[in-house]
Amino acid sequence: MASPCPKSPEQSEKNKQYDRQLRLWGDHGQAALENGHICLINATALGTEILKSIVLPGVGAVTIVDDNIVSDEDIGSNFFLESSSKNLNRGSESLRLILELNPAVQGYAVQEATDQILQENPDFFKNFSVVIASSLGEKTIQSLSHHLWEINVPLIFCRSVGFLGSFRIQIKEHPIIESHPDNEQYDLRLDVPFHTLFDYLNSFDIDELDLKDHGHIPWIVILYKAVQKWQISNSNSWPMSRKEKNEIKEIIQQFKRVDDNGMPIYEENFEEALRAVNTSLTPTFLPVKIQELIYNSSAINLTKESSPFWIMCSALRAFVEAEGKGKLPVRGVLPDMTASTDHYVTLQNIYRNQAALDAELVYRKVQEIVAQLHCDNITETEVKLFCRHAHDLHLIKGSCITSEYQFSNTVSSYIARYLEEPDVMMVHYILLRAAEMFRSEHCRAPGEWEPESDIAKLKTCVSKLLTDISCSPFPKDDHIHEMCRYGGAEIHSVSAFLGGCVAHEAIKIVTKQYKPVNNTFIYDGASTNTATFTF
Amino acid sequence: MAAAAVDAQMPEQQRRWHNIRKVLERSGPFCHPDFEPSSEILDFLMDSCKILVVGAGGLGCELLKDLALMGFKKIHIVDMDTIELSNLNRQFLFRKSDIGLSKAKCAVEFVNKRVPGCEAVAHHCAIQDLDEGFYRQFHIIVCGLDSIVARRWLNGMLMTLLQYNDDRSLDQSSVIPLVDGGTEGFKGNARVILPGMSACIECTLDLYPPQKTFPLCTIANTPRLPEHCIEYVKVIQWPKENPWGNATPLDGDDPQHVAWVFEKAQERATKHGITSVTYRLTQGVLKNIIPAVASTNAAIAATCATEVFKLASSCCTNMNNYMVLNMADGVYTYTFSAEKKPDCVACSNTTRILEVEADAVLMDIYEKLKEDQAYLMKNPGITTVINGRNKTLYMPSIKSIEERTRDNLKKKITELGLYNGAEILVADVTTPNTIAIKLKFSDNVDVEMSR
Repeated sequence: MASPCPKSPEQSEKNKQYDRQLRLWGDHGQAALENGHICLINATALGTEILKSIVLPGVGAVTIVDDNIVSDEDIGSNFFLESSSKNLNRGSESLRLILELNPAVQGYAVQEATDQILQENPDFFKNFSVVIASSLGEKTIQSLSHHLWEINVPLIFCRSVGFLGSFRIQIKEHPIIESHPDNEQYDLRLDVPFHTLFDYLNSFDIDELDLKDHGHIPWIVILYKAVQKWQISNSNSWPMSRKEKNEIKEIIQQFKRVDDNGMPIYEENFEEALRAVNTSLTPTFLPVKIQELIYNSSAINLTKESSPFWIMCSALRAFVEAEGKGKLPVRGVLPDMTASTDHYVTLQNIYRNQAALDAELVYRKVQEIVAQLHCDNITETEVKLFCRHAHDLHLIKGSCITSEYQFSNTVSSYIARYLEEPDVMMVHYILLRAAEMFRSEHCRAPGEWEPESDIAKLKTCVSKLLTDISCSPFPKDDHIHEMCRYGGAEIHSVSAFLGGCVAHEAIKIVTKQYKPVNNTFIYDGASTNTATFTF
Repeated sequence: MAAAAVDAQMPEQQRRWHNIRKVLERSGPFCHPDFEPSSEILDFLMDSCKILVVGAGGLGCELLKDLALMGFKKIHIVDMDTIELSNLNRQFLFRKSDIGLSKAKCAVEFVNKRVPGCEAVAHHCAIQDLDEGFYRQFHIIVCGLDSIVARRWLNGMLMTLLQYNDDRSLDQSSVIPLVDGGTEGFKGNARVILPGMSACIECTLDLYPPQKTFPLCTIANTPRLPEHCIEYVKVIQWPKENPWGNATPLDGDDPQHVAWVFEKAQERATKHGITSVTYRLTQGVLKNIIPAVASTNAAIAATCATEVFKLASSCCTNMNNYMVLNMADGVYTYTFSAEKKPDCVACSNTTRILEVEADAVLMDIYEKLKEDQAYLMKNPGITTVINGRNKTLYMPSIKSIEERTRDNLKKKITELGLYNGAEILVADVTTPNTIAIKLKFSDNVDVEMSR
């Protein structure tokens, strides 16, 4: 049958399959993910739960490092093992079952111990986007984190014991251009309108318009006119205080048309203008956070090795100091508002065009820097994206996990501060560390055989840790009892929760979108409580 | 290692469940006061405890896996949907070759095969197709739905199952706990509901974000956003141009239909100088697509599964009673105690009262039932009893009766035989039960005077 639709822009299979997530991180986020290669050390239940939520959305490749043999307990808690997997290599077996989830993903299994790789072939790790490790002993985690810090490969180290879990992200420097804030501030420049905006705003005379047009003026214009009127009697200052803002509201009320009975006529755009008084009269300024970024030494002392992010920050600084007159490039986004199509589209184009002009200037500065440094080219699209998000740029500066094991002064006083509060989530952190220490001393988890007899031994480990950070012992032993009750058990639903979270953070790191946890996350499934700490 | 020696003495089956047996067979300082550790708890989870999973989508697949690995064997799962390509980025029990098959059946087949001993049962039907007797057989119900209406219906069903003692106190043995999870993009929530005892879905309707709608005058006269152009084609152009003939309804799953809307919306956008109408956006608006990703679903489903495990075993106290999760900026959770509404339509077991003006028309009542925060109904059908006889006042869901009763909407309620204190009976898709509501005239004095 002839279809009324001759040319159908049919979506690709891949776009259909990934549709629901492309709406979150876009085609460019997906492309970054597809270029990613994740290394998982130890295919525990937690490990495979993490990989599952990274393989499903279509990461480029995964490598599992695991020299363990599948046990009955593994099969009981790990969905990506089956009865026939018993006594086979755990990494290869779980890889086989995980790859079934998405044929587009490449997978490799390495049947070697992490320590051995670190000694014999440390370069093995250098090409991964993120390394994720679970169930590592104290010694291995220290040598692994030290090595990955040196070669600048991100590491996520995670634990799942009983109802407790944690993960720690180790990343030297992680710049985020698209942080996707929940509440994006508008960038309207009403206090410093650029040329075209100034002309447009002043082309209106609110009192002259007929009623229909009156109801179609964008609130931006109404607000601007109200401030203009206010400034006549306020020596051209800018309304800042609550009192001054109330005066602006008064003026807007006076702008309203009235009916034959002298009652103000309800007009949506004027209501919007009244609501905007409190939120949209903030003067345009350079956010401190962004100022720190563009004056960061990495943005000032560029080298051939400088990343595109720092080169763009440097160009942004040059723009702010010159054409920007102390302000960032115009964002170019207009929120929706009651207005006629004409008014809205005209205003939108005014903002968009200025944003394009500003971004163009930044792009030229980027090109100059690139030519000077002889480094790789940065595309105009990248620079535009950077300028669009210049108000929300975010940089995470991380720390090395070994500092937690060496109890540097900063780490010790940080932990001590939370223990004094007292913060039960920091107590959980200590218990997870103590259980790890117990394992390296006794070659088993506390309570693995029998809970009662291990309580005293675990208490010794806790005391050692608390002495190291100069803290007094815990008044009660209840958390030590609970840890011995767990006996090192890995509970599937606890691992599944952490698995979702860790996969999510790995995706954020690979796509360089959204802010990852900085840098330690603790979960207690028994009390349904979570906390974030920054070591 | 010594641990291996101990393990070797245990039969395989026991070794497999070694992990969860530790928390079930050992006591701890934070256990629920009723908890008595024993090996019988695992036996109960495996052999007796019946769990119903509602929905076999993003959350349902995860729940089924989680519960099977937490020792539950008697799991039922209900879902009326079939598998689509766009499910595969998170619904990990399905493959490309499963497209078009029943979600519930595929999920069950996979998990029963992967986890030996698991006896999951599939129901490929709507939740409304199953009756009280069906729901009554379960110890716990877990819900992973994307529809608020379906959630409310299920909530209402669990209220129907409640029984009250002679002294009007709740018979606790009739309470079937409901664990409910939901996700949207990088955000989600999980909660535990003890029907009749703690806040239910209807008590907290205001926690759901209001549905995004565009006023008709905007889409018709002053479009500004690409979404306005798409809505225009959907609401006005499609019925007018009837492109497939025979009044074929617009199907957001038919790529030809979507492409037609996309092209027309682009035309309209170009005419008005509006940019950024894309195929993806068109589809998103037409199908009201909610973004979804594997990781958020995994975290929320796992939280629900942990709560089911706690409910069934008492090995820990349950969350009290609502957790929100936001994974957009770091990973953030917040758990709070949602409050039970003393006059909740669903769970309060008291007479509902609706205040109306004495000179109101039936339409006022109809609109109130749809817009009042306490009801938020979709198409309420209203009947009453006059002189011992049922009288249908308005019934929007059945076409012939709708036509016959439509005129009543404009009539004054007093003309229809309603009075101050009269009872109306309301039926709606949001509840399996008919709800009795007493009318209370707000300006009673005037009524007296006008007589």
